[in-house]
Amino acid sequence: MKVLVTVMPKAGVLDPQGKAIGHALAGLGFEGIGEVRAGKVIELDIAETDAARAKQAAEEMARKLLANTVIESFRVEVA
Amino acid sequence: MRAGLVLFPGTNRERDMALALQRVTGRKPAMLWHRDTELPAGTDLVVLPGGFSYGDYLRCGAMAAQSPIMRAVREFAAKGGHVLGVCNGFQMLTEAGLLPGALLRNATLRFLSMDCHMRVERADTPFTHRFRQGQVFRSTMAHGDGNYFAEAAVLDRLEGEGLVALRYSTPAGEVTEAANRNGSARSIAGILSPNLRILGLMPHPENQVDPQIDGTDGLPLFESLAASFAEAA
Repeated sequence: MKVLVTVMPKAGVLDPQGKAIGHALAGLGFEGIGEVRAGKVIELDIAETDAARAKQAAEEMARKLLANTVIESFRVEVA
Repeated sequence: MRAGLVLFPGTNRERDMALALQRVTGRKPAMLWHRDTELPAGTDLVVLPGGFSYGDYLRCGAMAAQSPIMRAVREFAAKGGHVLGVCNGFQMLTEAGLLPGALLRNATLRFLSMDCHMRVERADTPFTHRFRQGQVFRSTMAHGDGNYFAEAAVLDRLEGEGLVALRYSTPAGEVTEAANRNGSARSIAGILSPNLRILGLMPHPENQVDPQIDGTDGLPLFESLAASFAEAA
């Protein structure tokens, strides 16, 4: 079962990468760009057929390793 | 002082650190591997040196913090053992939960490889007692992710409990925005655990321990440690 873990910098945590991407997009002529935040998506293939259990497992993985909850928030979706 | 240096795949500053420790103790530190599950008996100090462990995959220090040796390091720290983490080692200590906060990408997004100055905020710890309170010393920074971050409440607690060991400053000791190149919260360069036995810092004091290479500004840190254990013995 495929599970997607999206890890994003927490609100209030400076995201210089997102800011730089925003500046670059503005430089390319894209208009009206507000805040840009850059995170990452981790795709997991879990040997599990129950969606709820897969989600629970991925959440535990996120708390223990995939995200640093001091600076990042995460979201888990079963694909 | 019996020191143990932990090597991870991608660690690259272990030799400089070993020389710095040997200079003050006359004894070669034990070189430990990340897969080891125990520290040598009688270890006084564990050092996590700088580098790019596991290629900085996921987050700097995140993989190293989960490696087998870190379980032993956690137990050692819980029993009151002394731990020094420099650069990538500081990142590991925060990832392992042994020190609060995290190290973010430098605010400029640039890898910073340059001299810096630090002001000693506490000169009464096992790591710093050979410095004077407020003394400024020169060191080297070489990192892409050295921007110390913690929530305001955590920063207030660190300051309130006197756990900020070192702050970036000008050579004259002024804490200014310009002297804080990586953008660290409150110009924090190094922090201590509540029992003062764990120190994490981003710059490399082991670079400045030999008068023939780049001066000896960093030597008091190692002399402090050696003296702490000489007195205890």
